[in-house]
Amino acid sequence: MTQAEIKLCSLLLQEHFGEIVEKIGVHLIRTGSQPLRVIAHDTGTSLDQVKKALCVLIQHNLVIHRVHKRGVVEYEAQCSRVLRMLRYPRYIYTAKTLYSDTGELLVEELLLNGKMTMSAVVKKVADRLTETMEDGKNMDYAEVSNTFVRLADTHFVQRCPVVPATENSDPGPPPPAPTLVISEKDMYLVPKLSLIGKGKRRRSSDEDATGEPKAKRPKHTSDNKEPIPDDGIYWQANLDRFHQHFRDQAIVSAVANRMDQTSSEIVRTMLRMSEITTSSSAPFTQPLSSNEIFRSLPVGYNISKQVLDQYLTLLADDPAKTLLSDLDPRHEDLHKALGCLSTASLESVVQERFGSRCARIFRLVLQKKHLEQKQVEDFAMIPAKEAKDMLYKMLSENFISLQEIPKTPDHAPSRTFYLYTVNIPSAARMLLHRCYKSVANLIERRQFETKENKRLLEKSQRVEAIIASMQATGAEEAQLQEIEEMITAPERQQLETLKRNVNKLDACEIQVDETIFLLESYIESTLKRQ
Amino acid sequence: MAGNKGRGRAAYTFNIEAVGFSRGEKLPDVVLKPPPLFPDTDYKPVPLKTGEGEDYVLALKQELRETMKRMPYFVETPEEKQDIERYSKRYMKVYKEEWIPDWRRLPRELMPRKKCKKAGPKSKKAKNTDKDTSLTNTADVLKKIEELEKRGDGEKSDEENEEKEGSKEKSKEGDDEDEDDAADQEEYDEEEQEEVETEAV
Repeated sequence: MTQAEIKLCSLLLQEHFGEIVEKIGVHLIRTGSQPLRVIAHDTGTSLDQVKKALCVLIQHNLVIHRVHKRGVVEYEAQCSRVLRMLRYPRYIYTAKTLYSDTGELLVEELLLNGKMTMSAVVKKVADRLTETMEDGKNMDYAEVSNTFVRLADTHFVQRCPVVPATENSDPGPPPPAPTLVISEKDMYLVPKLSLIGKGKRRRSSDEDATGEPKAKRPKHTSDNKEPIPDDGIYWQANLDRFHQHFRDQAIVSAVANRMDQTSSEIVRTMLRMSEITTSSSAPFTQPLSSNEIFRSLPVGYNISKQVLDQYLTLLADDPAKTLLSDLDPRHEDLHKALGCLSTASLESVVQERFGSRCARIFRLVLQKKHLEQKQVEDFAMIPAKEAKDMLYKMLSENFISLQEIPKTPDHAPSRTFYLYTVNIPSAARMLLHRCYKSVANLIERRQFETKENKRLLEKSQRVEAIIASMQATGAEEAQLQEIEEMITAPERQQLETLKRNVNKLDACEIQVDETIFLLESYIESTLKRQ
Repeated sequence: MAGNKGRGRAAYTFNIEAVGFSRGEKLPDVVLKPPPLFPDTDYKPVPLKTGEGEDYVLALKQELRETMKRMPYFVETPEEKQDIERYSKRYMKVYKEEWIPDWRRLPRELMPRKKCKKAGPKSKKAKNTDKDTSLTNTADVLKKIEELEKRGDGEKSDEENEEKEGSKEKSKEGDDEDEDDAADQEEYDEEEQEEVETEAV
């Protein structure tokens, strides 16, 4: 794992789970698979805290355990999974667009808790939805269950591996750690539950956040003592399926930008038809005949068969080449599509960083694959001095690389061709590394800004709490005015600036994450191709 | 052999024109220090994307951050004991739900084994490990613990000494007694389990 990735993982873990979990997690990412006592010794934390941290990390699918020989249990962290935490809001928003509020809350609960049983998550979501509904109305469990079943059918949630049922005749002591297994066909099987009930509204007396200490800690409610029908069957969000969805979205919007709406609809139909049949890592979609495509087009599009054929030919002839074959049946070349999208990202980065003339040179070298210095100047129609300067700038930042072609076996420099070329996978990796670094910088800056103004933030929170409680008890306008004036005008300004900055930094993180997704998908598909 | 061994003017071994500049031309200065931490950019960055979707995702992100801090998975760093206990600290405690993981899915070594005044660690082990090894001690330990409770709290060292003695007497117990004790043991342990876990969180 590169230093940039480790730094980013450390920041994400710290924000979401606190310092102890962060320390353990980063140690595991750095050193690989380790047993419990070694972790405690190396990090200098107490055994209890290490145990708690590991429980949390395993619950959230960030660490897996494995039994090695001689009964030693080792723990291994999954760095790429930790980086996914940056993308959680995007997953939740996607669920909202596809399955509305119920789906959104289901996915949110699953992501926040790592893994849950179906009954538990349905109950929680029903309660949450009831809170937002009008007084007197309740959310039925059946509705939430239906949405959950739909999520499982479209593979957006999947079952976690289960503890294998041990037979009673198993001799000897039980293993120190269970080995969890799951079979392909069971992964999306929803257990037959009859969840009857309605969501409960939380009583207002339970919501005392600022106020008096509780007289006693509320014990577990009576519901927990009942036997849960689907005990042991846990569900988690299937991130690969979400990634497939994002990739399809990116391809469709790229086609819409390049051509028109209708062609993007055709591409969307093709991708949707092969959603569940192709695995998420396949380089090509299933071959589909144009008849099938014609039948599956959405109802609003009244285009005739010939027009469809024309569109398909157009898409196939496109230099971007997202469709591979010219004949029926046609399929999509997903690897090429991802390659195009990554190349577009690279081009736009060069343009924004170095200017439009550099971008022209970059696109030229991309198109012509290998070019000499002289040829670059001629084709780009840029004076020699400036062309040199730009090429060397891009070379130093590793967007462009040099390819040596020796004329003689002794590689003498005077008798060697030096050609400029763009090595796309290598440039994509370099850009990805920079993206990780940027996100880490953004998070650090945001934390710095918040820390600088901590006193002011706390003061404003206190004032808000006072105003809220006074309004609840029915205070006059004058009193509220007085309390509000506790925050002076310059302080208010400072708060506004802080809020604006934090929002901007957050939005930046989200957008850099989109680029990260694209580059990661491309690099993954190049690895799978080999 | 090569002709001039560097006598006279130095000659480059390659065609200098190919690299792009001629001899004697003024080249940029050699860089003697690392690049600046915040370099100047020539071009302004592209403005961020705005829209309903983006605003919603932003709000989601900020809410998620706040929610995560209140979940039981957020492990607080234990604060050092302050000399003067502040009155306000009692009232600013955020109440967090407990979370008990499904122990069937986790390695056994991760279960908390807290040394509690009311029970020794060996009685907890009896629930987790199999009956062969340590049940032989537990009947002994139980009796001793009851004695200790009558005597009063705080005599931990006595307890530990007695447990150590108990562990040496492995062969003393028979199987019949084990089963009865096991039944009692289970009930006793369940109560302890709950209490210890509420303390452990």
